[in-house]
Amino acid sequence: MQKQSNEAFFWVLFSAGGVVAALLIPVQLFLFGIAFPLGWLQAPTYDHLMSLVRMPLVRLYLFVLCSLSLFHWAHRFRYTLYDGLRVKHLNEVIFTLCYGGAVLGTILAGYLLWTIA
Amino acid sequence: MTTESTTRSYHYSEFHPRWYRPRVSVYWWLWQRHYLKFILREISSVFVAGFVVMTLFQLAALKGGPQAYADFVNSLASPIVIGLNVIAFLFVMFHTITWFNLAPSAMPVRLGGKRLPAFLVAAPSYVLWVAISVFVSWLILQ
Repeated sequence: MQKQSNEAFFWVLFSAGGVVAALLIPVQLFLFGIAFPLGWLQAPTYDHLMSLVRMPLVRLYLFVLCSLSLFHWAHRFRYTLYDGLRVKHLNEVIFTLCYGGAVLGTILAGYLLWTIA
Repeated sequence: MTTESTTRSYHYSEFHPRWYRPRVSVYWWLWQRHYLKFILREISSVFVAGFVVMTLFQLAALKGGPQAYADFVNSLASPIVIGLNVIAFLFVMFHTITWFNLAPSAMPVRLGGKRLPAFLVAAPSYVLWVAISVFVSWLILQ
């Protein structure tokens, strides 16, 4: 029973992360990873980005984006390793590494966004 | 007694039928289109996590000041990083499209006793996605 309710909790994190990642990552990745480096669009200045990051709503947005996306990754990657490579016997190790990574990333994002300005 | 019962539980026979258990490769899914698509969709999550790592580096660079941020921007301009980001973008788009198209199966919407066609259930996600993308671009590009 306990195990089942945990699974539901992680699944909610996974699907919330899936929605957030689907809606928000393409535009940001396209701009910062492709369009600005290739000079297709004028990259924003340091001061402009800092003025954005100083807004509490933007910080909340970035925190939710980072955290939920990582929990989305943890869930999918865990099952890909279990099923794709048949390493179910490493169940606990993989679980700890995936969700440990997600928790660590969440703490790091929280720290950076809290202290950035 | 104990030894007797254990020895008795093994019956070796010359004519015991052999199990029919063909070995299946660990990578069997590579050769079947639908399973390959499924695995690629799952692997998109690695690029989602990669994007978060990039964002965390970006935030650390912003925190480090204008010089640190300029260094970060320079490192993103290297051909290898641009290539990786193009691959990551394709995977993330794959995630977005498969995720939106899943909604009609996960949540069938009925109207007047009839099931709405799949594209009508998925459409609002795409509209929302375009609206958010335009808004985020507008914020960043101002």
